[in-house]
Amino acid sequence: MNEIINIIIAIFIFVGAFLSLVAAFGVIRLPDVYTRNHAASKAATLGVMSVLFGAFLYFYLVEGHFNSRLLLGIVFIFMTSPVAGHLISRAAYNTGVKLWDKSVHDDLKTKVKSKDI
Amino acid sequence: MLDIVIRIALFCLALAMVALIYRVIKGPSMPDRIIALDAIGINLVAIIALISIELRTNAFLEIILLIGILAFIGTVAFAKYLEKEVLFERERDH
Repeated sequence: MNEIINIIIAIFIFVGAFLSLVAAFGVIRLPDVYTRNHAASKAATLGVMSVLFGAFLYFYLVEGHFNSRLLLGIVFIFMTSPVAGHLISRAAYNTGVKLWDKSVHDDLKTKVKSKDI
Repeated sequence: MLDIVIRIALFCLALAMVALIYRVIKGPSMPDRIIALDAIGINLVAIIALISIELRTNAFLEIILLIGILAFIGTVAFAKYLEKEVLFERERDH
């Protein structure tokens, strides 16, 4: 039983670390701000939530105390990280950061110009 | 077994932070740097969770909430500064 618990915790932690690594490589490799923001605000969020859930399972099942702060941390990161990504992306668009050269479609261009921000 | 997995995960997260620091230094625009710093803050949360498993203590778990909140507030403040050039707007005097 103990081994099974350890394996489940290890899987959660490993998946989380792998997703964070993938997010960081996306932030290096992708061509413009918006795609980098896409990588960073999704993959890093899921990876950190997975690591925190592994830590929660460790403290609950192995050490034996229920730790509500980790659950609060999971909920908080799940709520705030996409919002922060959205705000940064909007600020980047409104301050005039260019899209990638090969991107073909920009729905926001006419709306922003008509509202004259 | 769990110790080895935690070491490998810490190595992966440290590598991710090095990659993000590369983007902070090189990033052509300011939102790039803010995105990378936000992701560094979130990776730091995961590193603290792993270190508190490694040390078998639950004394550091408040730091997780604290770093999450501080990263969010810092990112929101930077985004507002980029967009509106001020952080705190003045009240209208009429």
